[in-house]
Amino acid sequence: MNHRLSGNEAVAYAMKQVNPDVMGAFPITPSTEIPEYFAKYVANGEVNTEFVLVESEHSSMSVCIAAQAAGARAVSATSSCGLALMYELLYVAASCRLPITLACVNRALSGPININADHSDSMGARDSGWIQIYAENNQEAYDNFIMAMPIGEHPSVRLPVMTCMDGFITSHAVENIELLDTDVVRKFVGEYNPEHYLLKKENPLAVGPYGISAYYMEQKVMQAEAMKAAKARILEVAAEFARISGRHYGLLEEYKMEDAELALVLIGSTAGTAKAAVDKLREGGVKAGLVKIRVFRPFPGEELAQALGKTKAVAVMDRSEGFSANGGPVFAETRSALYDLRERPHLINIVYGLGGRDMKVEDIEKIFARLADIAATGEIGPVYTHMGQRSREEKV
Amino acid sequence: MISAKDINEHTPWQDLTPGAEIYEPGTARAFNTGNWRTNTPVFHAEACKHCMLCVPFCPDSAIPVKDGKRLDFDYMHCKGCGICAEVCPFPAITMVTGGAGK
Repeated sequence: MNHRLSGNEAVAYAMKQVNPDVMGAFPITPSTEIPEYFAKYVANGEVNTEFVLVESEHSSMSVCIAAQAAGARAVSATSSCGLALMYELLYVAASCRLPITLACVNRALSGPININADHSDSMGARDSGWIQIYAENNQEAYDNFIMAMPIGEHPSVRLPVMTCMDGFITSHAVENIELLDTDVVRKFVGEYNPEHYLLKKENPLAVGPYGISAYYMEQKVMQAEAMKAAKARILEVAAEFARISGRHYGLLEEYKMEDAELALVLIGSTAGTAKAAVDKLREGGVKAGLVKIRVFRPFPGEELAQALGKTKAVAVMDRSEGFSANGGPVFAETRSALYDLRERPHLINIVYGLGGRDMKVEDIEKIFARLADIAATGEIGPVYTHMGQRSREEKV
Repeated sequence: MISAKDINEHTPWQDLTPGAEIYEPGTARAFNTGNWRTNTPVFHAEACKHCMLCVPFCPDSAIPVKDGKRLDFDYMHCKGCGICAEVCPFPAITMVTGGAGK
């Protein structure tokens, strides 16, 4: 079925098709439309979801935790400060091994207060134990949400999943999209049948007990192992999804990387812009390519190292600051992943697009020009820089 | 399915439950939490009229009752808060300093 939907409507529609048991709902720009669309489905009787309106995101995630522990399938949606207010509960959900699905519509964190796209919200939650899958466009936002539950709920994983898309750029822009039939989605996602749940009266269960020092570390190791196991499950689900949709997904997407000498590593909607730049440069004979990280948690370190192994110069693009004074989070992960390579490309980090700052095809071309220079001279120059800001100094 | 009594501080992580889930009720009984106690109530059975006022006031479950009569304290779970001694209308409960003593 071909349709034209915004990213938010696409995710709300995916939720409708899944028909989850519970939604913890609280509005925040730019994710507000997701519970808004979903409320209509509830009012129209198109879903039989328990739609719980709460007073904060702390509570919407608490609702999800309680519902999922009870044996229900729970979903929510949020952005920016909303995700920040869930912070404590994100850890509770992950450590209780409750496979909740959360649509995160990426938006800058305050301050200054700003409602536009960057990844500072979900990057801040990157170590909370949630699987994180990022979409480049509306189609991927829809597809990722449908794949989330079969990934997170699998007994080898049992982890919550955050599906992310860029605020406004993806959430509000209307694009052509292929939707699956609802019965196909329902069959693909299946019923949620956890082995243990609070409402299983024949087998009383305690969830979230106190873990003294003698037990806490073992629990963290189990979470770490589950996150490692999630890689295989994500690929398994992607293969199953390809069979029903014809759309193929990996942990990352390599674009024109076969013979690429200069490459970008990036996440989210800017990949679309960057692909246009790569195409343009390829026409001019530049061996340009890019790697889009789709799954950031678990981090596809080995796959990324393999994809970049034969390049000469790489720019890692971060759409969140991180304030490490040593580069953004995507850069830190990528540089770490490349350490084990015998021959490594030159690596630079570019922080861009904060608070919705635009990134154009020409900007990407400038980055490739800098990479060409680095590859030719071996002179890296400043490793960690920002792009797109007004400055008295010359631009990147 | 592993039972709480089979889990202890030597159990390897591979044998523990995801999310530290416990698949049975009432397992708090098996854990000694009385070692937090800094003051200790002492039961004087000869002065007790078994009025049962102390029992519902106990914030834990440290006063066992059998056949309508309260028994001596369950020191494995008593935190020594002293509420029982405060509410007892008779000289049947007194507090002593220290957690180990009785």
